[in-house]
Amino acid sequence: MLSIKNLHVEINEKKILKGFDLEVKPGEVHAIMGPNGSGKSTLSKVLAGDPHYQVTQGEILFQGKNILPLSPEARALSGIFMAFQYPVEIPGVNNASFLRMAYNAKRKHEDKPEVDPLEFDEIVREKIKIVEMKEDFLNRSVNQGFSGGEKKRNEILQMAVLEPKFAVLDETDSGLDIDALRIVAKGVNSLKRPDNAFILITHYQRLLDYVVPDFVHILSEGKIVRSGDKRLAMELEKKGYELVEGK
Amino acid sequence: MSNKAIQEFASQEYKYGFTSPIESESLPKGLSEETVRSISRLKKEPDFMLEFRLKAYRHWLTMTEPTWANVKYSKIDYQDMTYYSAPKRPKELKSMDEVDPELKATFEKLGIPLMEQKKLAGVAVDAIFDSVSVATSYKQKLLEVGVVFCSFSEAVEKYPDLVKKYMGSVVPYTDNYFAALNSAVFSDGSFVYIAKGIKSPMELSSYFRINTEGSGQFERTLIICEEDSYVSYLEGCTAPKFDTNQLHAAVVELVTLENAEIKYSTVQNWYAGDPVTGKGGIYNFVTKRGKCLGKNSKISWTQIETGSAITWKYPSCVLLGDNSIGEFYSVALTNHFQQADTGTKMIHVGKNTKSRIISKGISAGQSNNTYRGAVTIKKSAVGARNFSQCDSLLIGSQCKANTFPVIDVQTPTARIEHEATTSKISDDQIFYFQQRGISSEDAMGAILNGFCKDVFRELPGEFAVEATKLLGMKLEGSVG
Repeated sequence: MLSIKNLHVEINEKKILKGFDLEVKPGEVHAIMGPNGSGKSTLSKVLAGDPHYQVTQGEILFQGKNILPLSPEARALSGIFMAFQYPVEIPGVNNASFLRMAYNAKRKHEDKPEVDPLEFDEIVREKIKIVEMKEDFLNRSVNQGFSGGEKKRNEILQMAVLEPKFAVLDETDSGLDIDALRIVAKGVNSLKRPDNAFILITHYQRLLDYVVPDFVHILSEGKIVRSGDKRLAMELEKKGYELVEGK
Repeated sequence: MSNKAIQEFASQEYKYGFTSPIESESLPKGLSEETVRSISRLKKEPDFMLEFRLKAYRHWLTMTEPTWANVKYSKIDYQDMTYYSAPKRPKELKSMDEVDPELKATFEKLGIPLMEQKKLAGVAVDAIFDSVSVATSYKQKLLEVGVVFCSFSEAVEKYPDLVKKYMGSVVPYTDNYFAALNSAVFSDGSFVYIAKGIKSPMELSSYFRINTEGSGQFERTLIICEEDSYVSYLEGCTAPKFDTNQLHAAVVELVTLENAEIKYSTVQNWYAGDPVTGKGGIYNFVTKRGKCLGKNSKISWTQIETGSAITWKYPSCVLLGDNSIGEFYSVALTNHFQQADTGTKMIHVGKNTKSRIISKGISAGQSNNTYRGAVTIKKSAVGARNFSQCDSLLIGSQCKANTFPVIDVQTPTARIEHEATTSKISDDQIFYFQQRGISSEDAMGAILNGFCKDVFRELPGEFAVEATKLLGMKLEGSVG
């Protein structure tokens, strides 16, 4: 589904990813862990097509297609979703309208008729149960005045509405209390299907108690230095990132 | 969103840049007492009009062009302008079939649904082409219900007493430099009179269009609402593209008597100058003012300002009648090299008068957008209230937004609230939309709509849709 080969990325002439490789197959959940500054968030931004990051070498194939020349919206429409680490506030834009815009953009891309606000209301009412939010959540401006946990749940709600083929969650667990963490995990687990895949980017092992990954990768200084299964995460938890830093 | 992308975003060509080859009957360039007399003579005006014009002209000569506005432009040569130009035409037109086909084609290009579509929409149109009204529709029908809607010239001829009584009563010719100039040389405009107790059964709409290179456009609009009457008036504008700057100095006067209400809405999209050099474009120096003469009367201004190279405009309300209400809802968008200095004045004189100001300024490109407002509460305005909200939105890093509110309160019983915010459309916001599969244009549209919705809500239905589209169009390409 996703194939990343020898990826080199820099921002403001600073090299962040230096030869990153990753293969993700449908139905898999990968966790990418690593110390601060190892390039975790850069990976998610590059996948989503953030123009601030420059790919200097390597390739990213999604469903066999090179996505590097694609605009962020084209990537999104092809089925790539990113849950932001710091979702932005968009004053004046109603959360429900925003969700419907995104949903209709996808419908349009798939040559399906767009849905009107009433039809969408039914769809979103179902989805909002996953994140255990009240419906008035929909009538507020996108992320404006939301608590940290609400912002993250809103990301999961968007993911639930858009049903992406491939989602990367960028430290969605950081700063969450245990309840919010459980809800985020529930979101991922309920959306998991044999034909989609997830990458969970996380600093702590905590989230992986709730979402069991098929693979765990440790990122250090811009490349994957170790891969394994869930046990690697537990080992990491015990020994800390010294495990990979060779100290 | 890089700076380059912002530059690219700011490049929507002006759609209406063409000149219609209609023959004009113009006075030679230049301004003198003889020019003023010629205009009056060409228009076959009664003596009181000529007197008014001459007084205004003589007063204008004693004045100097104001420099306090936060705009920069090269000096206007008042002798290098044409002060009167009228399309050559047979006298009175009864139907659209009689209108010059060239003119009709021009309206087509502008997408102005002059007659048929407006008829379906239930709107009467007084189309102004250059300086003379070409067609006034529904006049007869409106007249039967007590609504006079005609050109200013026709009003001078048919309702001289009303014109004499109200012309200059809200904006005297001594008011300011451009109002004095307008009073001396104005060519035509619209006149509306709503009889006592009448609610106009339809929205009145007038489209203005500037034609003939180098001709100054001096419109004059007068709307009078008698006791217990109501009218909603729409004004919309587009202009062709020219290299020489064109001065537009209109005067709009509104008068409401007891319990009367006027709702005046404008969508302005004149040629703003060359997007790359900033050359050309319209100078829009307008004096718009309403007087709430009667008790419980109300005047509401709504404006969507997107065009002109320079805008200098403050639709204001003088609240004389007790309990009268003044409102100002404005969206002013500037892009490229546009400069706008706009806002309002609310002058509270009567008891328990109320005013509300909602101003939304959007700046993109290298433009300069200024809100200038004055709220004055006179000693007599016991219990007066004002609420003002002035928000600025910046797109890119080379534009400017300024806010100059002035509040002058002379009674301790008044209540004033003022809120202001400045925000910026960030790359992160646009990227967030894009990551959800929404294009940057649609993202901009959604953010702008959210920013402007308090104003759009005040527009008549048809205009609200146009306004939304217009803003999107004006900023197309500003964010990449």
